[in-house]
Amino acid sequence: MATQQSAARAIDINSMQRGSKMNLEAEEVCLQVKGFNLFYGDKQALHGVNMTIPKNRVTAFIGPSGCGKSTLLRCFNRMNDLIDSVSIEGDMLLDGNDLNAPSVNVADLRRQVGMVFQKPNPFPKSIYENVAYGLRLQGVNDRATLDNVVEKSLKGAALWDEVKDRLHESAMGMSGGQQQRLVIARAIAIEPEVLLLDEPASALDPLSTLKIEELIHELKEKYTIVIVTHNMQQAARVSDYTAFMYMGELIEFGPTDELFTNPKKKQTEDYITGRYG
Amino acid sequence: MSDKSFSSWFKSGSPWVWLNAGAVSICLVMVVGLLGLIAVRGLSHFWPANVMEVSYTEPNQQVQQLIGEVIETETVPASQLKRVGVDLAEGEESAERVLVKVGNRDYFGMDFRWVNAPWLGEAHYPEELLSIERREWGRFYGRLVAVKQHGEVVATGIDAYDELQQRLIRSNDLIGEIKHLEYKVIGKINHAMESIRLDKRQLELDGITEGSYRYMSLAKDKEKLDADYRELQQQLAVLYTDLNRDQLTVKMSDGRDVEMPLAKVVFIHRPNAMTLLEKIGFYGHAVWAFVSEDPREANTEGGVFPAIFGTIMMVMIMAVLVTPFGVIAAVYLKEYAKQGPMIRLIRIAVNNLAGVPSIVYGVFGLGFFVYFLGGNIDELFFQASLPSPTFGTPGLMWASLTLAILTVPVVIVATEEGLSRIPRAIREGSLALGATKAETLWRTVLPMAAPAMMTGLILAVARAAGEVAPLMMVGVVKLAPALAVDNLAPYLHLDRQFMHLGFHIYDVGFQSPNVEAARPLVYATAILLVFIIIGLNLVAIQIRNRLRETYKASES
Repeated sequence: MATQQSAARAIDINSMQRGSKMNLEAEEVCLQVKGFNLFYGDKQALHGVNMTIPKNRVTAFIGPSGCGKSTLLRCFNRMNDLIDSVSIEGDMLLDGNDLNAPSVNVADLRRQVGMVFQKPNPFPKSIYENVAYGLRLQGVNDRATLDNVVEKSLKGAALWDEVKDRLHESAMGMSGGQQQRLVIARAIAIEPEVLLLDEPASALDPLSTLKIEELIHELKEKYTIVIVTHNMQQAARVSDYTAFMYMGELIEFGPTDELFTNPKKKQTEDYITGRYG
Repeated sequence: MSDKSFSSWFKSGSPWVWLNAGAVSICLVMVVGLLGLIAVRGLSHFWPANVMEVSYTEPNQQVQQLIGEVIETETVPASQLKRVGVDLAEGEESAERVLVKVGNRDYFGMDFRWVNAPWLGEAHYPEELLSIERREWGRFYGRLVAVKQHGEVVATGIDAYDELQQRLIRSNDLIGEIKHLEYKVIGKINHAMESIRLDKRQLELDGITEGSYRYMSLAKDKEKLDADYRELQQQLAVLYTDLNRDQLTVKMSDGRDVEMPLAKVVFIHRPNAMTLLEKIGFYGHAVWAFVSEDPREANTEGGVFPAIFGTIMMVMIMAVLVTPFGVIAAVYLKEYAKQGPMIRLIRIAVNNLAGVPSIVYGVFGLGFFVYFLGGNIDELFFQASLPSPTFGTPGLMWASLTLAILTVPVVIVATEEGLSRIPRAIREGSLALGATKAETLWRTVLPMAAPAMMTGLILAVARAAGEVAPLMMVGVVKLAPALAVDNLAPYLHLDRQFMHLGFHIYDVGFQSPNVEAARPLVYATAILLVFIIIGLNLVAIQIRNRLRETYKASES
């Protein structure tokens, strides 16, 4: 039953995308990357990346392993700060403000730019406490507020019906797909502006993947979503815009339909037709 | 052919399996053997063995009657026996020699006696033989003649034993009452008097002149205490007179009648008349008395409760001190310090600290904690009681601190290990939600590393509970006058000296005047120490397992 419904939904998403013509120039800008270089020690991992990521759209990064797509994604919430050897050049703007400026509080930035990782990483706490974690960090301890946000976030992550009876059981007992949706619920509980998804479905089975994809489509209403994926079909299914990266360079960036049906660059065509990568 | 099969057997790896299994079995046999030996030697001490009566005829001497318990028997070769004058029959190579506990040390001069089995007559086990545990001079063996009150005989013969037991209960109750008055009530008065004296001294130090209001009120308090004390003295005098009411007359093995006050008796039983069930009951009672009572007679009799209490108390205070200390150090080393040659050096130093001989820590504790820290604390806060030191002398606090330093490397290493096992994904997940590094540590990483900290604590407790050498310098004594916890403010007396099971073993074994009597107690105390360490560890392991269950992270 559920599978059929989901499949029908996926087709629906595709037809919707084809129906509305995407135009990058006309979109409201969320994130801007200007002449961005990144080095791991001496080794350069990103070469002069320029791009604008539109608001309330799903942008997918595709490319072969090691092409720098995850590295770029992790720059949006400065996750690379944790690695000592990383140094950067160039600008990266969130709503027009340089997010690498010394005045920026990293914790505040990460509250605005949430992130979901490749492997589900729930905390070894109850489901409820996992979702409430971000709020508790902000000093919210009022029971009613927390209850409210937890319910809303779990509903937002399409998990509420499955877990509402066991909110206070450990999150470690959930299935992989449920855990990943819990992590998404945890991220949206603090209402970020941008949601970064780093291969969110690569560790999941097809059914869970489908659920996550559906969820991404719903979340786009409220959040700007940037997703890194290995799976080109997934990029085609869920994203409005796609960026193809290769060897640390941004090769091509444009509306998903165009990039997949009519790539402008030879490298892109080779990759999406499976000639390398 | 056989050569080939040997080489294939060798290659198959089964020699190594046998070798490994052999090593494990040897370890097991050694551990079980060790515990078994200590347990048998220690725990058999409390069993009410039968008391035998036997005639003993040394050549050219009069026949002696012996009453006592057989402690052990050994076989001696004929040549050795010949030297002491025992002639064996033709063809006999060896004979037995028996160690008999004859008791009555105050009359016989020695309470253990080696006798040669060939000179012994036939042993009897008459039911009426008494085994009397006395408050002084150890065991007494003999026959009951009469029970007396104020020197008048009240019972003889068959009924005398029951009469005796009833009067014994009364006298033991009285002793309990006297003890309560002397230690608890009078102790409280002494404590109050001492604090008045200190207050007075403090007034002098502050330059307040005599005759002021505060002096007068102190003097008034003291008068009241003196009056209370006098009243208690009178009560005690009455109790003592009551206590001295009863006596009993006992006939010893050599036929002499001995009169002893009932107040000197702890318990009396007739082991030969006891059924197995009664013996088991008596045994349980004796073991309980051993773990719950104070020692008597220079630690060679009675219980070891103060030592148990001191050991556990010290270990617990040490655990409370060492855990935060070690965890904070490990968090800094692992999470905040910039990893480099300096940190590597510090880590090596920390690991090596665990290998420093413990007596060195004792010397450090004595020099730094007791003399320097304690001396200065006395100067600053306890000036009134100088020159007698308060903290400037070995005590519970300094012993716990010394052991905390001794065990802190273990906690640091275990905690670091635990911190490095927390998956990066969990830390990143927390940071991605807007947590700072400190918040991530506090809310997620440290709780998840708690089981590892507990592992460190378990190792620390195991090491600390068994440590004796440094304690001898920083607080352990042969006989502590009072426990570290009592009903006098401030209730927990960290400055007091304390007793420790490990030291108790040494003391009883090597410093006691009556070696034979003390030997079983050495084993009993040793097995008790092992049990206590196991108990402490089990508690810690239980806590760790519970934490593990709570913070079970995703595999990998």
